Amino acid sequence: MNKAVAQQLEKAPNRKVYLSTIAIILTALIIWSFMGVNITGFDQRGTQIATNIFSGLFSPDLEFLFDFTSGGGVPGLLFETIAIAFLGTVFGSFLAIPISFLMSPSIVSRPVAFVTRLVVIFIRTIPSLVYGLMFIRVTGPGPYAGVLTMSLTSIGMISRLYVDVIENLDRGVLEAMTSMGCTTYQKVRYGILPQLFSSFLSVTIYRYDMNLRDATILGLVGAGGIGAPLIFAMRSYRWSEVGSILIGLVVLILAVEIFSNKLRERLVNG
Amino acid sequence: MRETVYDKIFKPKTYTLSNGKEVKQRASRAPLILLIVLFVTVVSWEVTGVDLSMLRTRGHQFIVILTDMFPPNFNFMNNVWGPLFDTIQMSLLGSIAGALLAIPFALLSSSNIIRNRLLNGFFKLFLSILRTLPTLISALIATFIFGLGTMAGTVAIFLFTLSYIGKLMYEHIENVDMGAFEAHESMGLSKVEAFRYAIVPDVLPTYLSVSLYAFEGNIRFAAILGYVGAGGVGLLLDERLGWRDYPSVGMVLLILMLVVFVIERISEYFRMKLT
Repeated sequence: MNKAVAQQLEKAPNRKVYLSTIAIILTALIIWSFMGVNITGFDQRGTQIATNIFSGLFSPDLEFLFDFTSGGGVPGLLFETIAIAFLGTVFGSFLAIPISFLMSPSIVSRPVAFVTRLVVIFIRTIPSLVYGLMFIRVTGPGPYAGVLTMSLTSIGMISRLYVDVIENLDRGVLEAMTSMGCTTYQKVRYGILPQLFSSFLSVTIYRYDMNLRDATILGLVGAGGIGAPLIFAMRSYRWSEVGSILIGLVVLILAVEIFSNKLRERLVNG
Repeated sequence: MRETVYDKIFKPKTYTLSNGKEVKQRASRAPLILLIVLFVTVVSWEVTGVDLSMLRTRGHQFIVILTDMFPPNFNFMNNVWGPLFDTIQMSLLGSIAGALLAIPFALLSSSNIIRNRLLNGFFKLFLSILRTLPTLISALIATFIFGLGTMAGTVAIFLFTLSYIGKLMYEHIENVDMGAFEAHESMGLSKVEAFRYAIVPDVLPTYLSVSLYAFEGNIRFAAILGYVGAGGVGLLLDERLGWRDYPSVGMVLLILMLVVFVIERISEYFRMKLT
């Protein structure tokens, strides 16, 4: 090899030790996790159920799937799930606005921002199912408890993303407006709000996507939505019903995802 | 300016500039959006039976469980570690396996690597459908197939991680600058070699950071999987909640919070280093 090239190569930082330590730690972690999880394969029963689920997916209960008249069919249940997720997102995004301002270090002092951040981490770690149980004490079982749970659990992520938006505000615009002699109201109305509005909306739509997915599991504790019928159907081995619920769910979530992606693209590009 | 139906109804404002040129400003769409949002809110309000006065009269009930959790039952701490490690092991194994299998899936879905529209479309659709299934539901299905226990949880986390990383990675790979790849090829490297030296360095940091992020989220997910019998700390949570032993629930949540916080910090540190 050329001498100059060889010299240059030697100058590169030697990361072998660093990389091999990481590799050793990773391997140790993998072995450790293998020990904890008792790997079980399919047994006779498992294969039987797997085939049952698949046959349920391909021969869904059509009457149940297209039952538009009563609230008990798949469309009615999906509609309820959509409503829970929607209201939860609306409430959550409104609650997140003051919290996100309290969380951004460029607006409030550092200690305040830090304490708010800790509170939000605290809120975020409690699993949504626990909140569901708490709210059921307040409202009794039903979709209302689901709405309250969704509002509380969405605050964490929404406010974190709002903070990013607030921190990345273009201050040049504000300076320009100050130098033009604008009042504070004008600065907020024409300098800050237009910047925040579309980004906030985009975050909220993104969260709606996620809430729709989460709303399906709240049924587990009796907080409304399509989760409860799904689990009942599974526990009683009515696979064709399970199939129709799953098909409805997948179609709905895919449709909402495509729609929200289009919407967010338009919001970002103006 | 392209005129849409909305512009025909609400005429855009026209300004005449000093040089005689005319510019049009579209009428704001905010009222229409606001109206739609308001309408959907009212409908949802009716459907879900939201009643704010109930929040005022019975809101204190929400605090009841929270106050019962304090002070946490510290004697219960020793019972938490076992299931907690189960949870961590479940999410670790599921995340690693999912992240590894996501590589071939992402490659098969990227139209610039595998030039076969049918194959790309099939794998993209597969990943999307997998992603729509909520983790708890796939865990429930897995408990039916694999029996109760940590295996079901691992499978559920594995499936979610596969779909999540797979999607993010094929989006990234499709946006990679193929110029470097072509340059390597024209210098006489084989396709595999060109891939190794042109695309891997570009994609690797994102892949690692996305995987770490997925692992972070999975720990939180794994904590509730026990609810459907898929092992881990959720099992404990479910049991204690069922017995209304709230001080112990508080202890479980406290430890969970600490562990999640520590793991998040570690993974955040490495993700910062990667970017």
